[in-house]
Amino acid sequence: MSNGGSNFQSQVRSVTDHMVTALAILATIIVVAPLIAIFGYLVFKGASSLNLDFFTKIPKPVGETGGGMANAILGSAILLGIASVIGIPIGIGGAIYLAEFGRGSKLANSIRFTADVLNGVPSIVMGLAAYSLIVVPKIPFLPFTGHFSAISGGVALGFMMIPTVCRTSEEMLLMVPNSIREAALGLGVPNWRSVLSISVKTASPGIITGCMLAFARVAGETAPLIFTALGNQFWSFSLNQPIAALPLQIYVYALSPYDDWHRLAWGGSLVLIILIVVSVSLVRFVTSRGVLKGNS
Amino acid sequence: MGVGIEVINLNAWYGTNHTLQDINLHIPANHATALIGPSGCGKSTFVRCLNRMHETNPVGRVTGTVRIGDLDIYADAKPVQIRRRVGMVFQRPNPFPTMSIYDNVAAGLKLNGYSNRRALDEIVEKSLRNSALWDEVKDDLKKKSGASLSGGQQQRLCIARALAVDPEVLLMDEPASALDPVSTSKIEDLIFQLKSQYTIVIVTHNMQQAARVAEKTGFFLNGRMVEFDSTHKIFTNPSDKRTEDYITGRFG
Repeated sequence: MSNGGSNFQSQVRSVTDHMVTALAILATIIVVAPLIAIFGYLVFKGASSLNLDFFTKIPKPVGETGGGMANAILGSAILLGIASVIGIPIGIGGAIYLAEFGRGSKLANSIRFTADVLNGVPSIVMGLAAYSLIVVPKIPFLPFTGHFSAISGGVALGFMMIPTVCRTSEEMLLMVPNSIREAALGLGVPNWRSVLSISVKTASPGIITGCMLAFARVAGETAPLIFTALGNQFWSFSLNQPIAALPLQIYVYALSPYDDWHRLAWGGSLVLIILIVVSVSLVRFVTSRGVLKGNS
Repeated sequence: MGVGIEVINLNAWYGTNHTLQDINLHIPANHATALIGPSGCGKSTFVRCLNRMHETNPVGRVTGTVRIGDLDIYADAKPVQIRRRVGMVFQRPNPFPTMSIYDNVAAGLKLNGYSNRRALDEIVEKSLRNSALWDEVKDDLKKKSGASLSGGQQQRLCIARALAVDPEVLLMDEPASALDPVSTSKIEDLIFQLKSQYTIVIVTHNMQQAARVAEKTGFFLNGRMVEFDSTHKIFTNPSDKRTEDYITGRFG
């Protein structure tokens, strides 16, 4: 090949290289820009209404200025706590069955299909289902049924978490190489022990990501809470009573005609986002410690 | 101490595929026995039948008798008990990626509920010394992940892990086929030392390797064992024409 030809080729390659790099950078900007824009706008609109009162006081009646969303912040924390206690163990348990014990079985395939369908069910439908199954009927021996309550809200959110946790955890478990399972079995480790201490442990960073994803998704849900937790203008520490939640409070305040409430709604949105970011980062930080150096 | 292995009329299937047909042989205690043969001849399946790993495959099935020492492994015991007496080293090094070097070696004991820390320390050191890895890793035992070692080191780590549960038999399924020549010769030296304490069964594609490490050699072809004899006899004066053809490189 002549020298000129290869020179031309290398120029073409270099131009193509630059173009593809530029396209990749552009795509990254398009992905990240809305996130920064939303967060920036929230800070711009909401930061001014954040003060000590916002985090310590409950809402004031219309007409009085001041007040905060302390009860809604606590309420969201309680609701998400209940949801996680329900959604994460059931979701991970299901994933372990799908990936480790029931691989390829008919039961596993139908569970997987059900989880996928459940994942696509609109959140308002989940709320209605919880409403008609546990809020309206009074079920014997279940004291939280028959009326609006924090538990029924947590149950609705928890059931929304299950399919996300289950399917992402299953994918993570399937990525654990079979050779590692064989290594454990070859040492005379019982299968259940190998599943818990080897497969789940190896997949745990991914499983935690899945749980965080599900957590963040339901943290902002409003629709399922309208029919279950209902909302509350006052402090409520009872799991058996209607309880306030940040998304609900934001929804009510944003629709109201009062400027003061609008400001609080912006503040609430900002706090909701910050809470999600902080809790996700905290879990990541705590679980990433103890990871060994030189891990390839 | 190692024990002998008696195999009587062993048959194995993958689904409808009859992978092993009527295998009969006696593997002597405290010797290395090599199994050679072309790909897909059933030698890997055979060693997996010796610690009941074959049946972990959903479509795997086994009939026949395998006696390890005086234990009839398909009649008298649970797979979990057998695998503690019959250690296994796999073709590709497979250390547990989330565990330190120390925890990898201690895994078999820890996962079975053994927790005496001082005894564990001793066992880990002894196993790593036995697998000729101690000097290379003794400073990073708990700091480095097992996956951070080189391929040859990882395989010796896997051998240490198998030795730590104190087995009587060590099965090695092509333990050096994924390694470079220097690592390979280290593994071979190791097999040479280990056979005074353990009964070793090694599957290999490499006929020189079989000749170097093993006293006895079995030749497998199409799911049957064609010939089993002293390694010297197999490589110099085989009684079966097919063995001779394979040894001389006419096929496989």
